[in-house]
Amino acid sequence: MPKWCCSILTTIPIFLTLISCSGESRKTVVSENASAPQQVKSRLETVKNRGKLICGVSGELPGFSFVRADGRYAGLDVDICRAIAAAIFNNPNAVQFRNLNAKERFTAVQTGEVDVLSRNTTWTLGRDTSVKMEFAPVIFYDGQGIMVRKNSGFKKLEDLKGKPICTQTGTTNEQNLADQMRRRGLPYQPVVFEDVNTAYTAYAEGRCDAVTSDRSQLLSRRTALPKPQDHEILSVVMSKEPLAPAVAEGDVRWVNIVRWVVYTLIEAEELGVNSKNVTQLTRSNDPLFRRFLGVEGSLGKGLGLTNDFTVRIIKSVGNYGEIYNRNLGPNTALKLDRGLNNLWTKKGLLFAPPFR
Amino acid sequence: MLLLFAKALFMWNNSRFWRWFGQILLILLVVILAIFLWRNFTENLQQLGLQFGFDFLNLQAGFDIGEKIVTYKSTDTFAAALFVGLINTLRVMAIGLVSASIVGVIVGVARLSDNWLVRNLAIIYVEIIRNIPLLLQLLFWYFAFFLKLPQPGNSISFFGIFSLSNRGLQLPGGTALYPEFLTLILGLTLYTGAFIAEIIRGGIQAVPKGQWEAARSLGLKPFQVMRLVVFPQALRVIIPPLTSQYLNLAKNSSLAIAIGFPDIYAIASTTNNITGRAVEVIVIIIITYLTISLTISLLLNIYNRRIQIKER
Repeated sequence: MPKWCCSILTTIPIFLTLISCSGESRKTVVSENASAPQQVKSRLETVKNRGKLICGVSGELPGFSFVRADGRYAGLDVDICRAIAAAIFNNPNAVQFRNLNAKERFTAVQTGEVDVLSRNTTWTLGRDTSVKMEFAPVIFYDGQGIMVRKNSGFKKLEDLKGKPICTQTGTTNEQNLADQMRRRGLPYQPVVFEDVNTAYTAYAEGRCDAVTSDRSQLLSRRTALPKPQDHEILSVVMSKEPLAPAVAEGDVRWVNIVRWVVYTLIEAEELGVNSKNVTQLTRSNDPLFRRFLGVEGSLGKGLGLTNDFTVRIIKSVGNYGEIYNRNLGPNTALKLDRGLNNLWTKKGLLFAPPFR
Repeated sequence: MLLLFAKALFMWNNSRFWRWFGQILLILLVVILAIFLWRNFTENLQQLGLQFGFDFLNLQAGFDIGEKIVTYKSTDTFAAALFVGLINTLRVMAIGLVSASIVGVIVGVARLSDNWLVRNLAIIYVEIIRNIPLLLQLLFWYFAFFLKLPQPGNSISFFGIFSLSNRGLQLPGGTALYPEFLTLILGLTLYTGAFIAEIIRGGIQAVPKGQWEAARSLGLKPFQVMRLVVFPQALRVIIPPLTSQYLNLAKNSSLAIAIGFPDIYAIASTTNNITGRAVEVIVIIIITYLTISLTISLLLNIYNRRIQIKER
């Protein structure tokens, strides 16, 4: 057989696969256009058809999202995913978790690889606009801190003049650090790693005098260092880091679901509804409970869910307070004080609009 | 009718027709493929509501870079940050190419040494280094070697001029080479050096035995035999495969991101994360590596043509 024949024969299968791919993508475009531009197919349908939610998490952060010894994912971020799955499928385990590093996360949402990003992500204006994210309500109010070795004697940022500081790339931390040092006119040497584990290992090995990240993350990672008691987190708070779940921009129905699932958790705590008393409260005569739990009215239907979606959520993951205590509370390794992450009625910032 | 049939039959059996047909078909497929990819790309961007453009390069970067030899501060643009990364990449490549070549030549010659110990040490080096993934080696050198060096307080001093600690190599005049840079240079040098050594050995062995004997009978010393007679002839065999090793080194330098060295790839990743311009950033990285690789390839091809035997 002549040479050119071979080259053609090898090209044909490649070409055929491409044609088949292009056919598929074209089809979805057409169907979306056909169903009128204002009512584009929501991700809710995609998720329902798939039968499970795909949730982007960190997977590296105890208390927020990590894999426990028994192989199950656990953490605050993870429970948000489970709550969404419970609201849609009445099954908190209908979630597929996908570990994403700080760098990959936004592309994964933009391309639709994950339905929700629940990965200790800071809500910023830039991410809301030019990165095209849509943020759900804040689930954890945090601030950037800095951790040093106790025996170093460093007490404030000024002490770190000219010193190497480890951090992770693709985070707001990297830029906040630059801002804070610039404000104080302090030269320093950033050592920036793509992998969060590498960053903390390098710090533990003495490559850097300090490591900077969100305070909750520093607390969480400190428990994993060889000698946690040898390290301390300085009192300086370098930024506001409101951590919130995010979805892709331009899908109002899907955003609403994620948003109101989070509000459900907060409202449930405020009303005193928890996983233990929720079934009993559905029989209550109080219109407040009856409406919130979907016995009256049609709030769930309006979201494109069932009316009892709040009951489903609270039954499977509990209210915000229960989630917090389970993952970050006094009985965990982190022992994080509620602080700002308390209800507005208890001097915190958590506030849910009315369920009406 | 009969004539038409004959003509068709002629075409069917005509090899020239088929050769043309094949070429045209191939071009057509390539063009269709390109159009498809472009349309797919623009359609997807449109669906996501993203525009394609490089205007973001003029925005303020807002992050600092630890390792740099050109001036840069966090208030400079993304373009400036990427330039710092490019310079870092080129610096690693340039030093790596030279040092890998030196290691390669020494080990390659040692592989053929009459000394049993030297020969076997060279074999062990080549076989160990060649068969372990480079990423693993970089992490090994970084965590198990450079970061295990003593703390700055009790660093190892060399004649009071250099001092080595887990913060890097302090040079006279206050400048320092950071552990990330040293790891990358060491890792790339040893890894590529092992491959180059094998190429050098092969090249030397390809020189006919008669050349060695002739050189020796002229009274040249062993080193002179190698330098003046054998090596120049071996180069003809060495250069083509050496080119691909140089290209490998250039591309492997992008593994810098694993150990926190701010090369062009690392800086571009950060840029992508802040601006959300994945496609544009990937295009920049591709063009950068393509340009560097093609330049290396071109230079070595020119050199290769110069050293080939000119048949007269």
